[in-house]
Amino acid sequence: MDHTPSRLFAMIQAGLRDEVLRSNTPWFCVACYYCTVRCPQEVPVTDLMYALKRLSVQQGLCGQVDGRDFARSFVGTVERYGRSFELGLATRYYFTRRPLRLLRLAATGLGMLRKGRVGLRPESIRDVKGLRAILRRARALSGAT
Amino acid sequence: MTYAFFPGCSLAHSASAYADSIRLVAERLGLELREIDDWNCCGATAYFATELLPAYALVARNLALLDGDLDQVVTPCSLCYVNLRRTLQALGGGGNLRAWVDDALAAGGLSYRGAGLSVRHLLDVVVNDVGVDSIAAKVTRPLYGLRVAPYYGCLTVRPGTGFDDPEQPTSLDKLLRSLGAEVVDFSLKADCCGGHMSLISAEVAYPLLRRLLQNATDQGADLVVTACPMCQLNLDAYQQRVNRHFGTSFRLPVLFFTQAIGLALGMSPKALGIGKEIVPASPVLENRWSTEAPPAPARPQRARRRARGTSLPMRGVGDR
Repeated sequence: MDHTPSRLFAMIQAGLRDEVLRSNTPWFCVACYYCTVRCPQEVPVTDLMYALKRLSVQQGLCGQVDGRDFARSFVGTVERYGRSFELGLATRYYFTRRPLRLLRLAATGLGMLRKGRVGLRPESIRDVKGLRAILRRARALSGAT
Repeated sequence: MTYAFFPGCSLAHSASAYADSIRLVAERLGLELREIDDWNCCGATAYFATELLPAYALVARNLALLDGDLDQVVTPCSLCYVNLRRTLQALGGGGNLRAWVDDALAAGGLSYRGAGLSVRHLLDVVVNDVGVDSIAAKVTRPLYGLRVAPYYGCLTVRPGTGFDDPEQPTSLDKLLRSLGAEVVDFSLKADCCGGHMSLISAEVAYPLLRRLLQNATDQGADLVVTACPMCQLNLDAYQQRVNRHFGTSFRLPVLFFTQAIGLALGMSPKALGIGKEIVPASPVLENRWSTEAPPAPARPQRARRRARGTSLPMRGVGDR
């Protein structure tokens, strides 16, 4: 995390647009909404962090950030099957981004496997085509707006 | 009571014990959960972090698939809960979003009827629609002797769900107490487990998990009971890694609240998916779960204040 959240918001107020969008801070936000419910000024901090993540991706200013890579792997999985596929997601993410960490996590994965908590094959929804058409149209509309 | 049911992806595998216990317990409690046909992933945190309109359209497809006679969607997953709720809210919020989402859904041959829908967490439905008293009346094997840390996590109660306090929730506490369990004072009950950070960054996730496990252990908990698949996964599957990372020796089993209800209703632990957790619950259930009610805790003797005829304005408090 290169800036604290309050510093990041001060940077927004100071107009440091590119520095803000290059920051990796929003990608450390797991969206627990604690700050949102607690902020005495009712600043929707979590939603702002989400907005900063989207802006940094759209403006091409997002650097190499784990959270962004993970989101990309996740979106790819959902687009293919319509559901999340945990094993596929984890292996896809680790093989392409963090091959060394895969080894470290193998023990955890094996424990889950032994308990029958890992699906070996993805489950697909019936109307993947329909879902893709919806997402395609949504993307076209975002581009046009 | 009939509801549209949105299980969420994790219930198929990593939280299959949640699915097992929900099926059994819902039937016993008279809840009809009708699974939304061909539902898709809610997008977790990934879609909202990358593209807004597709994120809403993805979630809205599920709302569009709802049977016409149902108007309440119930989900046992806290992340699905927040995404479904936020989408429902945004679609009803005016502006162009509704028209864009309608346009996108039409590309997939669907339409969203909108008005009158609500999204509920399963915990809310169990505690408020079925009711704690009604569940207590069905208990045949009270959870006597078990000291339980009630773990809500973030998204069961935030942001502002309306059914419980966002920082100091109590619904799960009440439920567990009505099952006969002793509920410990778990001050981090609504703190974050790290969510997907356990996969991405041990440096961020493990300290969060450690403080939760430490707090529950310090309060003397035998086990943790949660209402979120991600919380269960992180606290359970990563507990040994946290121990190795910090040199700690936590050994806290983590169960779903529906498993706790099922046990108290006399159902078979195996049928409830108990045994699927990585940190086994069986030693605790065998050694601590008692058939006898614990002695009532000695209440500190306080001088009772009597309402006097002249006292104002707190009548009814002192003369209980």
